[in-house]
Amino acid sequence: MQPDAPPYVTSPVGFPLTGQTLLQRLAAADAGERARGHEVLARLYWRPVYTHLRLKWRLAPPDAEDLTQEFLAGLCADDTLRTFDPARGRFRTFLRGCLDHQVANARRAGQRLKRGGGATHLSLDFAGAERDLAGGAVDGEAVLEARFRAEWVAALFATALEEFRHRAADGRHAVHLALFERYDLGPASGAERPTYAELAREFALPATQVTNFLAWARREFRRALLDTLRAGCASEEEFRAEARELLGTDAP
Amino acid sequence: MSARSHAVAAHLREVLRVPEVPGDRYQIRERVGEGGMGVVYRAFDRLLGREVALKVVRPDVDPEAFTHRLRREAEILARLEHPGIVPVHDAGVLADGRAFYVMKLVRGGRLDEVAAGQGRAATLRLLLRVCDAVASAHAQGIVHRDLKPANVMIGPFGEVLVLDWGIARILREPGEGPAVPGTPPANPAQPDDTAPGAALGTPGFMAPEQGRGDGSQVDTRADIFALGEVLRTLAGPDAPPALRAIVARAKAGDPAARYPTVEAFAADVAAFLDGLPVAAYREPVSERLARLYGRYQTPILLVVAYLVMRLLFLALRGL
Ligand SMILES: Nc1ncnc2c1ncn2[C@@H]1O[C@H](COP(=O)(O)OP(=O)(O)OP(=O)(O)O)[C@@H](O)[C@H]1O
Ligand SMILES: [Mg+2]
Repeated sequence: MQPDAPPYVTSPVGFPLTGQTLLQRLAAADAGERARGHEVLARLYWRPVYTHLRLKWRLAPPDAEDLTQEFLAGLCADDTLRTFDPARGRFRTFLRGCLDHQVANARRAGQRLKRGGGATHLSLDFAGAERDLAGGAVDGEAVLEARFRAEWVAALFATALEEFRHRAADGRHAVHLALFERYDLGPASGAERPTYAELAREFALPATQVTNFLAWARREFRRALLDTLRAGCASEEEFRAEARELLGTDAP
Repeated sequence: MSARSHAVAAHLREVLRVPEVPGDRYQIRERVGEGGMGVVYRAFDRLLGREVALKVVRPDVDPEAFTHRLRREAEILARLEHPGIVPVHDAGVLADGRAFYVMKLVRGGRLDEVAAGQGRAATLRLLLRVCDAVASAHAQGIVHRDLKPANVMIGPFGEVLVLDWGIARILREPGEGPAVPGTPPANPAQPDDTAPGAALGTPGFMAPEQGRGDGSQVDTRADIFALGEVLRTLAGPDAPPALRAIVARAKAGDPAARYPTVEAFAADVAAFLDGLPVAAYREPVSERLARLYGRYQTPILLVVAYLVMRLLFLALRGL
């Protein structure tokens, strides 16, 4: 497995993620396209959902795991997503609202949150999510909202990185990818960022080549990120707004 | 996914956000502004040892479409040599493929900010300098199409610089002879007219023919319309009738009813400032007298004082 490939989904996503928004995919006539939509939904949202259930509703891990699976499967099965109204806010906020609604209803009905519920089980790395939860429950809508978003952003970049690696694995861009991993991903793991000259020596390339290859990699990564983002947003407008917030210079 | 995923995401966001200029000539220092197409940074030019402004395509827009627009803007700026138009020094491509160009760093404020802190006459004099720059562009066959106070910077010594030529329209190539308002431009279909992502122009400042999105109908008179709106916002709500008449003429819905040239518009604004009759306004006698009084206040007062003295003298003598 790649060092930072998301470990929570075992099956490959139906790449490439180009062109369509999430809601378009989920409503597609083509079953393959719909499956791809479900896959994207799960990849980008399972972790925010799980974390939210643990932090806000203080569900025990097994209950949170089950409900996460059930919630995501339910979204794809019923008409919930059709009630999304872009005029009333972001898709992310809508999902969180649906989730809260579902938990509150279940509680009001005095129902024990049912296990399993016949949902198709995705392979999700709950243990990993659990490790990051240290610190316990969180209060306050603003904090919960920020946390939901942060989980979503991390999932988005991890998925985009996977998409990018997939695109670079065409037999012609191995060095481009290696340079990107070394120069742009290395520093995230605490490594010192090398200079272009050092990279040129290390990879036995002319310095201009390093510039060109890295340019290609960043351009492709940006493209993969924007494609993944669009695939995970409800509409083009939302995609543009999210892109601005994520990559705009005054993004939080 | 682990805490490392959050770190990777944060790091990659940074990578995508701060522009990386290949080579080591430019060092990015801080963001100084942004618009719909680009982000502008203050940067240090190590080669020449000075600070410059570096404009790049925004990181969150379709790089291809906007790269084209930014390049075109740089070319247009390079062509328009005028003290009122920001000079461009260099152009290139960032490490991630986005286009950038380097221009003079303008310190100081935007026209709308500067106008808020000074009197009407001082602001109108700045507007006249804007007109000079725009007229020079028109003479070179280029229409700005997005004139507004936010696109004009005022330097610390009062220099006026017109920015943001990203959606400018080239009416004719150099050496093609002067453009005659009303005649169709030499190259009606410019690639930029169909640039995706943004309505070209700013509502309120956009002439009706420009708002209809028919690029081929837009000529220098669209800029005169925008200058009229600039004048309206700068003149304030209590603008005198003569100024309001200038605004109305500049902003006429029919391009043929507007001032034929920026120079004619500027001449009327200058006439107003000098207390002279304004071509766009037929003033009533009372206003005319008031204007003449304003303009010739000192001599009029001197004559009146003299006459009063004289009368007093005669009256005293007669006693
Ligand atoms: N040469 C410069 N020196 C200093 N600041 C500048 C310079 N050029 C632009 N700026 C600042 O950056 C901001 C954005 O620049 P500009 O208007 O050129 O961008 P844009 O994306 O083309 O805008 P628009 O959305 O209006 O098309 C300006 O409003 C101004 O504050
Ligand atoms: Mg601007």
